Amino acid sequence: MNTVIEIKNLKKVYDNGFAALNGVNLEIERGEILALLGPNGAGKTSLISAITGIISPTSGSIRVDGFDNVLEYRQARQLIGLVPQELTIGAFDTVWNTVRFSRGLFNRKDDDAYLEQLLKDLSLWDKKDNQLRMLSGGMKRRVLIAKALSHGPQILFLDEPTAGVDVELRKDMWKMIARLRESGVTIILTTHYIEEAEDIADRIGVINDGKILLIEDKDTLMQKLGKKQLVVDLKQAVEQLPTSLSEFDLLVSESGNSLTYTFDASAESTGITKLLSAISQSELQIKDLNTSQSSLEDIFVDLVKKPSTEAN
Amino acid sequence: MNFSAIKVIYRAEMMRAINTLFQTLASPVISTSLYFIVFGSAIGSRIETIDGVSYGLFIVPGLTMLTILTQSISNASFGIYFPKFSGTIYEILSAPLSFFEALIGYVGAAATKSFIIGVIILLTANFFVDLEIKHPIWMVTFLFLTCISFSLFGFIIGLWADSFEKLQIVPILVITPLVFLGGSFYSISMLPPFWQNVSLFNPVVYLVSGFRWSFFEVSDVNVWTSLSMILIFLAICLGIVSWMFKTGYKLKN
Repeated sequence: MNTVIEIKNLKKVYDNGFAALNGVNLEIERGEILALLGPNGAGKTSLISAITGIISPTSGSIRVDGFDNVLEYRQARQLIGLVPQELTIGAFDTVWNTVRFSRGLFNRKDDDAYLEQLLKDLSLWDKKDNQLRMLSGGMKRRVLIAKALSHGPQILFLDEPTAGVDVELRKDMWKMIARLRESGVTIILTTHYIEEAEDIADRIGVINDGKILLIEDKDTLMQKLGKKQLVVDLKQAVEQLPTSLSEFDLLVSESGNSLTYTFDASAESTGITKLLSAISQSELQIKDLNTSQSSLEDIFVDLVKKPSTEAN
Repeated sequence: MNFSAIKVIYRAEMMRAINTLFQTLASPVISTSLYFIVFGSAIGSRIETIDGVSYGLFIVPGLTMLTILTQSISNASFGIYFPKFSGTIYEILSAPLSFFEALIGYVGAAATKSFIIGVIILLTANFFVDLEIKHPIWMVTFLFLTCISFSLFGFIIGLWADSFEKLQIVPILVITPLVFLGGSFYSISMLPPFWQNVSLFNPVVYLVSGFRWSFFEVSDVNVWTSLSMILIFLAICLGIVSWMFKTGYKLKN
């Protein structure tokens, strides 16, 4: 894998003084699906806007496939397609005309066969002569995707693509993303739906206060940060823990029927063996054992709750 | 150069006029006809000739200027303000085209529309008066330069405005008085000397005067002065636009 987007120390302070990006460093690999997670106002959209040329960065650099996105903006932008967060779309244009317009903006020759296939893939073909204002929200979202793909980009940005989208369209969208990825397109998406990032992404970045707090391979991330819990169900309730178990950080349930042991799954020694042998030596009898891993959502909430200085 | 982008922007802007064709064409024709009925026939019949030109004829150039100034500004300012307002501007900003290419598309379309409207007004006027153009090349030059300059000016207003109110302020509070006081319906020489001098600070005086000269060889100021003034105005607009381009004015910050 090689890097397709390289961002160095990117900062953006808006005219009103708001610092949206506070030194972002990020490398996006060719062909990957990167999910950017972050609360509202974290800087997700500002980051995407800076890469796509919608806002001028205050300082720092962005290279897209080796092209500087300011000095060589034509080559850089040619590679990128953007689906914005809001349903920003004309009113009186027809679907067909607006998609052709987008393709023209990117200096691509008319290719009606390509656009026809694109609209068919997005279930828009039978709506091609409809005026945009007559379309439902979901259909408008599809049109925005068609516009972003009209020039055959190598890199696709989806800014909260599933906000306000029904289940059917969401499924269609993930299918489409999978298809694009197979054809080698790099996909960067921001989302609030953490389980979706978990399902679809190769890597996950967490952004807050205009900084990337973390960027990690999804599975590594889940393993690395994921605390595991071992729940020991007991045959008989205990009122007080035997002293032999006091060295373990155990949580006794209210009923006294179960003990919860939290451990770091990636640590060299989890302490499970020791705990289990200590239990068997005590008079406690085990009824059942359960382990559970914290979800990405827990990880995410954990990360953004910390002050950013601590996270760094 | 991304000619393809210029073409699609130009075409989309022209389509907007074609979709509202009736409004685009009918309103200048109707308002011109009304001016002719009121000023040309009703009032004009009681006004003596000005510099040997009948009043009905005399107002044709001023009337044309009045409409194309307003049309250029409103077309061009709306053309860029609306995408900004609705958010669809993101597409222009993230596409591989320069500010100037976008400018050519938007301003070119607005100027084309104004030019066509100018021609329609002159054709309409021809129904009411016997129009004779002594210097057609000058006439077309003035019409063309005015359409371009004021469409450019409209584009600047559209970028500057951040509300529909601001979008209307300049045309209503600045342009309309300047046009009415710019000798559209009278000769500057009809004013008292003090107001004649004040009028010379009004750029529209030079436009109307030069344009009128191309019809009747009658003018308030020398035709070359008129030409210089409009070129200066064009240069100032281009200067402002270049500055906006360099700073990403209100678009990228």
